[in-house]
Amino acid sequence: MTPSYRVIPDRLVSPFAKALKSWESLLLIVAVAIFIANALASPYFLNAWNLSDATFNFTEKAMIAFAMAMLIIAGEIDLSVAAIIALASTMMGVAMTMGFGTPVLVLVGLGTGLACGAFNGTIVARLGLPSIVVTIGTMSLFRGISYIILGDQAFTGYPADFAWFGQGYVVWVITVELVVFAALAVAFGVLLHRTSFGRQVYVIGNNPVAAQFSGVNVARVKFILFLLTGLMAGVAAVCLTSRLGSTRPSIATGYELEVVTMVVLGGVNILGGSGTIPGVVIAAFVMGLVTFGLGLLNVPGIVMSIFIGLLLIGVIALPRLWAMRRRRA
Amino acid sequence: MQPHATGAEPSAHPDPVLRLSGISKSFPGVRALSDVALELYPGQVTALIGENGAGKSTIVKILTGIYQPDAGVIEIAGVGTHFPTAQAAAKAGVTAIHQETVLFDDLSVAENIFIGHAPRGRFGLIDRAEMLRQARSLLARIGADLDPATRLRDLGIASKHLVAIARALSIDAQVVIMDEPTAALSHKEIHELYELVERLKAEGKAILFISHKFDEIFRIADRYTVFRDGQFIGAGRIADVTEGALVQMMVGRSVDQIFPKRAPQLGPVLLTVAGYSHPTEFADINFSLRQGEILGFYGLIGAGRSEFMQALFGITKPSKGACRIDDKVVVIRSTTEAVQHGIVYVPEDRGRQGAVKGLPIFQNVTLPSLGRTSRNGFLRLAEEFALAREYTQRLDLRAASLDQDVGLLSGGNQQKVVIAKWLSTKPRVIILDEPTKGIDIGSKAAVHEFMAELAGQGLAVIMVSSEIPEVLGMSDRVIVMREGRMVAELTGDAMTPEALVRAAAGIPAGVAA
Repeated sequence: MTPSYRVIPDRLVSPFAKALKSWESLLLIVAVAIFIANALASPYFLNAWNLSDATFNFTEKAMIAFAMAMLIIAGEIDLSVAAIIALASTMMGVAMTMGFGTPVLVLVGLGTGLACGAFNGTIVARLGLPSIVVTIGTMSLFRGISYIILGDQAFTGYPADFAWFGQGYVVWVITVELVVFAALAVAFGVLLHRTSFGRQVYVIGNNPVAAQFSGVNVARVKFILFLLTGLMAGVAAVCLTSRLGSTRPSIATGYELEVVTMVVLGGVNILGGSGTIPGVVIAAFVMGLVTFGLGLLNVPGIVMSIFIGLLLIGVIALPRLWAMRRRRA
Repeated sequence: MQPHATGAEPSAHPDPVLRLSGISKSFPGVRALSDVALELYPGQVTALIGENGAGKSTIVKILTGIYQPDAGVIEIAGVGTHFPTAQAAAKAGVTAIHQETVLFDDLSVAENIFIGHAPRGRFGLIDRAEMLRQARSLLARIGADLDPATRLRDLGIASKHLVAIARALSIDAQVVIMDEPTAALSHKEIHELYELVERLKAEGKAILFISHKFDEIFRIADRYTVFRDGQFIGAGRIADVTEGALVQMMVGRSVDQIFPKRAPQLGPVLLTVAGYSHPTEFADINFSLRQGEILGFYGLIGAGRSEFMQALFGITKPSKGACRIDDKVVVIRSTTEAVQHGIVYVPEDRGRQGAVKGLPIFQNVTLPSLGRTSRNGFLRLAEEFALAREYTQRLDLRAASLDQDVGLLSGGNQQKVVIAKWLSTKPRVIILDEPTKGIDIGSKAAVHEFMAELAGQGLAVIMVSSEIPEVLGMSDRVIVMREGRMVAELTGDAMTPEALVRAAAGIPAGVAA
């Protein structure tokens, strides 16, 4: 009783048609609208140097957001990233007072990030504890160490060539940070969307049990993701410290929530399983444009964060409301 | 098989308590139901019969308010209605006991029964004493010997079904949908369920009974309705139909229900397991398995069969014991290592452990083979589609496209995806845990055929099954487990239904070993 084999087509909808109807396309329209609104609202907006300055609103956070997006897609989260920045920056300050030069400072920054990521990853992946709890704990731990070392002091007087990362330009108005951001965007885009590692990330986020039952080393993938997130926090720490030229233990306070906001705004499901790097890139621009535009209009910071909050809830709720209306109709 | 063994002749022609007509429902790329009808009568059991993909699950979801039909009418006691939400369906007296029962593991039996409509005391707080009292009387009514204060997690699957049924009674449901209630039950539990169905009938409930097992359909159903490919094919009284006619309606062609005949070509010993033990689940498992052999594992639910298989597959760690492949000792500490050694496992819990429902078919199939379809870690989609196409077609998968999410497929087709996933890794030992549980007769035959083919190609096959005909029909040798231990190993003429049941139930007399 062998039935004739049916030929199953590979796809019915082309990837391009899918992309057109995606969250990312909607977000892109929002980004363009905000850009136009900004250009109309302030005469200072359409200025290459001003726009270049505006990119600092998101570049450092976005670097972390790429790794965080992968972590959230895999069903985990790291709330200690801002604290990792503080600790990495503090360690760089310690290295500086010991007289080390820029290359060592950078290595110390990245190494601290990696070590923190490894610590989080070991506890979450090997012991199987919930990452939200673990990283709330390490959030206090990492920043606490930073406070112990610094107290109410600050490290200043970083070497002159160290300023290149956060204050330098590659060509014209293109900052070093923007180039790092772009390179990381491409690297993470490829990692998530073009490699088997990225595929395993989606599988784990969709169904961690089935992933394990399919021979995927779930703990290893999660560990690597925490490691990457720690490393990216280290990169952000180098850039931020270089840009500010000083380290205080309160550095980057609240960054973790802005990073998560960026990731979720970019269309990553907070429950894991779906989301894209292009979405996070667009979300980074949206958040940067909004903060910059409101800044040009002299809107105070607290109102800005209210606006960002409303934007987040708005863009997440709209498609849901839309779907509910269509279902009822 | 005796048609209609129950004596009670249904009363002449009562009005249906629930009538569906002209129901249609489409999903992207799939027309799940087109213009189907269904009638349920008070005090009668209606069996809904169909292959997987026939639309049975869809109609259940429409009846319980989870899906909205695109067209058609739902009438309750002759009055047109619609179920915009699950709550609306429950309020109208329709309740479902699902294949994978939807209950809350961390709540007590009583809380599960009364969730959403618990008896209230002063200040609107839940009256716990009253709830326990009512739960006790409901459980007594269905003859269930359960303590209402027990946490659900501590109960077996059969007891969970009883809780679900008590819940159905607690909301005074007029229509009870049972979606493959016996799929995971042991012999004795199935009998208790049949008695319960009789009680519900006596109380005048209309029961929709979904099952793939013809013996039970003929045993407890009064009426039948057959769907095929989303279409209504026929309905009537069970007493007026034969099994052959039903099968004909179901598949639209006659299906050979006999198991594939094979002349096993046994090769050298491939896998040897010695003294495998686990602190709580199983102890001292010893056997060896040859190439080309199908080894059946029979036992009651909870006998430790799945737990042992999962240890062999690296999900859990055995406390002692050794495993040899080709006479070389291998240590399997993870599923990754198991797959590397050529051991793969098709789990019983398809939805949770087998398929990744939110991802497309091709990504499910290639998941364990990504090392082969990718180059230096980079995905190659063309290779992935080619691999997925090859194996899904060999299993005769029914799907709109390979890019379709697995969650949109019927149970039998999801199972085919899971099997395709493992075959694409070219395994040496394949463990199938209840491979045909909850799938229709056509897919069942296809899976059996395929197992025979795999053994013929020199794979070693281990099949865990609770269906005696399947165990006897497919296996070259059967190991029976009880309470975590091997209690019998049967071959040839010793493989009889009686021997299996006796060994599994622990009846010592006359067990050949």
